Amino acid sequence: MNNFYFKWRKLKNTLVFSLSIFGVILVLVPLFFILYYTLKQGIGAINWDFFTQMPKPVGETGGGMANAIVGTGILIGLGSLMGIPIGIFAGIYLADKPKGAFAFVVRFLTDVMNGIPSIVVGVVAYILIVIPMKRFSALAGGFALGILMIPLITRTTEEMIRLVPNSFREAGLGLGIPRWKTTLSIILPAAFKGIFTGILLSVARAAGETAPLLFTALGNRFWSVQLDQPIASMTVFIYDYAKAPFNDWNQQAWAASFVLIVLVLILNIIFRVVTRKSYTA
Amino acid sequence: MNEIVSSTTIADAKHDEPALRMRTLNLNAFFGANHALKDISLDIRNNKVLAIIGPSGCGKSTFLRSLNRMHEEVGGTIKGSILLDGEDIMKKDPVHLRKKVGMVFQKANPFPTMSIAENVVAGLKLNGHRNKSRLKEIVEECLKRAALWDEVKDSLHKPGNSISGGQQQRLCIARTLAVEPEVILMDEPASALDPISTAKIEELIFELKKKYTIVIVTHNMQQASRVSDLTAFFYMGQLIEIDKTTNIFTAPKNKQTEDYVTGRFG
Repeated sequence: MNNFYFKWRKLKNTLVFSLSIFGVILVLVPLFFILYYTLKQGIGAINWDFFTQMPKPVGETGGGMANAIVGTGILIGLGSLMGIPIGIFAGIYLADKPKGAFAFVVRFLTDVMNGIPSIVVGVVAYILIVIPMKRFSALAGGFALGILMIPLITRTTEEMIRLVPNSFREAGLGLGIPRWKTTLSIILPAAFKGIFTGILLSVARAAGETAPLLFTALGNRFWSVQLDQPIASMTVFIYDYAKAPFNDWNQQAWAASFVLIVLVLILNIIFRVVTRKSYTA
Repeated sequence: MNEIVSSTTIADAKHDEPALRMRTLNLNAFFGANHALKDISLDIRNNKVLAIIGPSGCGKSTFLRSLNRMHEEVGGTIKGSILLDGEDIMKKDPVHLRKKVGMVFQKANPFPTMSIAENVVAGLKLNGHRNKSRLKEIVEECLKRAALWDEVKDSLHKPGNSISGGQQQRLCIARTLAVEPEVILMDEPASALDPISTAKIEELIFELKKKYTIVIVTHNMQQASRVSDLTAFFYMGQLIEIDKTTNIFTAPKNKQTEDYVTGRFG
């Protein structure tokens, strides 16, 4: 009798374990498939020129997307400049005052913001920045990406700070360290790893956004790093090239997709390595 | 100094008394509707160890926390007065108060993102002390005073939570010493430690009282009898009896105290 139950338990264990392995495979298959397919379609266009050259005029073959790579970097930089500080400070506030009515409203709106379609954020940036400036610009694009980054960073910061045991806060206060300094120098570093992951996720999301850039940063076929001018980005490059009627361009769109995925992957790995070195709570 | 005659329970305890360091007068504490402390009046004297004993929920931790206003962090309010060197602590900035009245917690809580050395001087560094060679000296001084130096002197750069639980607790004591408090509050500092680490903490308390005034909350009556000069027995938010520790444990005046220290309840 005992033996039967023992076998039944082992069988259940094997069953559930197999299911979870199956789940892992289901998650990984699309990733590898996407990587494989984009590489297969785009490999013909991936060469040194692709990274260092400007797009060629219509009708000529070759050329690259140097401006789009730099543009995406600038747009993410602008978005981060806006999104990271605002997100972190808002997160600190929510973690510090978990019960206030204002905190409740902020938390609710943050969650709503997290679910807003990115194209709507693009429209908002268009109305707030593009129309008054009377031109598309990198600033407007960065603003749109920044808004998209805020909710994710806010909520991760809040959650991660809340995971830091209250005893550290009390220890800091008990040493006569002012509250704000306790939060910034003791609590925040202890939550650093998690907050960093949140930032990474939001950067990855921003890097992959196309819709909010279409009517803010617009895209640019020429070299420009001026913040008040339209600027190229990899996603808009992909969008334009994928719908173009030239095989050459389509192949470059595939190549750009592959490069974008790999860049996000590299970013992930860098963040992982950096955060692994820090002490953990 | 505000020399108001306090309740008679104190009178018995002060014959060969050193100078007054802290005093509570009709101290009441509330958590919402919960009346956690009722009219506590007692004196805390220089270079003495005052132990506070009593069953769980008797208000001893609340009392301890109110002495450096840490009760505010958990949503408590108090009525009555607490004096430090004759001044009302409720009129002081809590940041300044907590430098003078330091606290060691039940669970060792070294800062995880700082090294052992950084932990010791965290209170100083974060309050703007920048003199590196002086800070280095303080690290050594305080670790020696906390009887931890010999064990960690070769690993000062390691994370504060990489050492054993007992060592961590002594590190927390060293960290408290670094801000040069007058009074050290200890909230069951050894309750999570093994007997050997506990013995080390107790020896340390014995050493520390030469320079500091100590208030210790403990569940362990043997510990109270070993380390303290005075013992206060709390029950249901009231101060039942305070006296010399030997008297409390050998000839308590109050029946409830006697029942508690002899293990008949609690």
